[in-house]
Amino acid sequence: MNTAILRVSNLRVYYDTLAGPVKAVDGVSFDLMNGERFGLVGESGSGKSTLAHALLLLIKPPGRIMDGQILLSDQNLLNLSREEIRRLRLKTIALIPQESMNSLNPVERIKDQILDGVADHSRKLSAKEARDFIRELLDRVQLKPEVADLFPHELSGGMKQRICLAIAISLRPSIIIADEPTSALDVVVQRQVMIALGRMQESMGVSVLLVGHDMGLMAQFADRLGVMYAGKLVELDTVANMFKNALHPYTQLLIECPPTLQEKREFKGIPGIPPQLLNPPSGCIFHSRCPKVKKRCLTEVPNLKEIYPGRWVACHLYSEEKI
Amino acid sequence: MTPLLEAQNIKKVFRSGGLLKKNETMALEDLCLQIQDSPPTITGIAGESGSGKTTLAKLLLGFISPSEGKVKYNGKELEKLTKNERMLFRRDVQAVFQDPFEVYNPFHKIDHVLTTPLAKYHLAGSKTEMRQMIENALEVIGLQPGETLGRYPHQLSGGQRQRIMVARAILIKPRIILADEPVSMVDASIRATILQNLLTLKKEFKISLLYISHDLTTTYQISDNILVLYKGSLVEAGDVETVIKKPQHPYTRLLISSIPNRVPEKKWMHEDFLPADQSSENKKNMKTACKFVDRCPHAMAICRQKIPPLYHTSPAHTVRCFLYEGAGE
Repeated sequence: MNTAILRVSNLRVYYDTLAGPVKAVDGVSFDLMNGERFGLVGESGSGKSTLAHALLLLIKPPGRIMDGQILLSDQNLLNLSREEIRRLRLKTIALIPQESMNSLNPVERIKDQILDGVADHSRKLSAKEARDFIRELLDRVQLKPEVADLFPHELSGGMKQRICLAIAISLRPSIIIADEPTSALDVVVQRQVMIALGRMQESMGVSVLLVGHDMGLMAQFADRLGVMYAGKLVELDTVANMFKNALHPYTQLLIECPPTLQEKREFKGIPGIPPQLLNPPSGCIFHSRCPKVKKRCLTEVPNLKEIYPGRWVACHLYSEEKI
Repeated sequence: MTPLLEAQNIKKVFRSGGLLKKNETMALEDLCLQIQDSPPTITGIAGESGSGKTTLAKLLLGFISPSEGKVKYNGKELEKLTKNERMLFRRDVQAVFQDPFEVYNPFHKIDHVLTTPLAKYHLAGSKTEMRQMIENALEVIGLQPGETLGRYPHQLSGGQRQRIMVARAILIKPRIILADEPVSMVDASIRATILQNLLTLKKEFKISLLYISHDLTTTYQISDNILVLYKGSLVEAGDVETVIKKPQHPYTRLLISSIPNRVPEKKWMHEDFLPADQSSENKKNMKTACKFVDRCPHAMAICRQKIPPLYHTSPAHTVRCFLYEGAGE
């Protein structure tokens, strides 16, 4: 459990625009442990999806991976050839996309779409093998075998998302990257899909990187949580510690602000709007919205530091040298 | 007192298919709803996709007419309104829709959506007065007129566009605003502002609101009363505090327990409860059974034989479930 399967260090992904590079991911480092559920949370535009796609080397122009390393068992993915990367996808690192509705082929039966990846990466299965294989996969995501013969439009949103789950695990990858897999679904269906994903994670011991914006979902699903803000990782720890004692003012607001069913109160948002990534502000990137801003935050960029074992935070409030 | 807007046992069936194969979809069934405008109230409509929320909004706005039942404005059926009454209805009942991108004509500056209704209803005496009214409305919802007027829709963010729709709605001083998923497409940080805007409408402008959303938490926060719909039927209704804190219908309970809680200790993932897939197998019997029966953990024989009526379990709480048969209908 305690060995890292994927080590990301100092990753930078920029999008080139006429006005200059947009720093969508700006120096992010973290380890994804073997068999863990890692949550990556942030507002829209925080770079979380870009980061998820970068791990699969799916960044397309005008996006570029500028710098950094993605180490998968000591092999830097950024040095691989296109063919090597192609073989890695699905087989070692699989993606569950955000919009299952748009990622399935509307004119192909479910079974053919599942077998497509298998045929491409390993070998062609005999008709009987294929039938058994699909039956077992569908069973894992709690779908009936009859679903195999249907077309995507005959399925509900939750069923389609579970087909994407089934495709993602079809080659028994060691890492699954789930990019907001339930953001288009109703709460009841969301729970169903997350339970299916959780069961798969447990039974296969695969590492899951869950990208999302819902702190509740993260609290219930993830073991460890990374908080992203404007392209940077600002806090990292286990979910339990993070919710017990959030240190970064941004994390505190993320946990505190969204409304709950427990009590009625004034609507509180996080003040201000996310910064322009084209011309990020000087100093701490959160300083214009931070309720605890100090003079130092305006000029000096806080680095992500381990302030006690396991707890990383990028905030001047917790740096050793006091002002 | 006559409610300003009222739905009486409305039903909406959508028919599709041709000569050989006819499909009927019951989008909304036997629904009653009253919206009073004094005192102003916020009524929340909750339910998953396909529960008939948007159909209800369209019926109340008179965009489509009910297959059965009546929608009444000031006690008069929408279809029987005279031209002048209809103009008044269009003014009194305003709407804010889900998608702040679709409602704008990209070729017009955003001023267009604000000036048109003012001109149509002759609400402003002069251009200067019109400008003044628009600027006031924008300021009420916290937008800077200088930063928004004179721009094209694509130059504004989704949150700004949605708030301009709220400004437009208050500009014509309506008595009711129907807001259909007004915050589901805007970013979380701007969501709170828009919800706060809607509360201001009620408190300061005495405008009643129908708030339609799939998100139970915001509905709870903003509403005074709530109606929970499931597959076109009203399953539970009442005072929002009672319904959310003491839900009675198994579907409402499922909905509430499905919201992931921000307390990591609560084991949302490990409850061994999985609702059935929405299958079409039992559709034939649907007309004479409780619609939730296939997913209900408390299903009884009677639930498959007839449709449960609405039971009044307390003065401000009704529920469509045979578990509460003891209470009066």
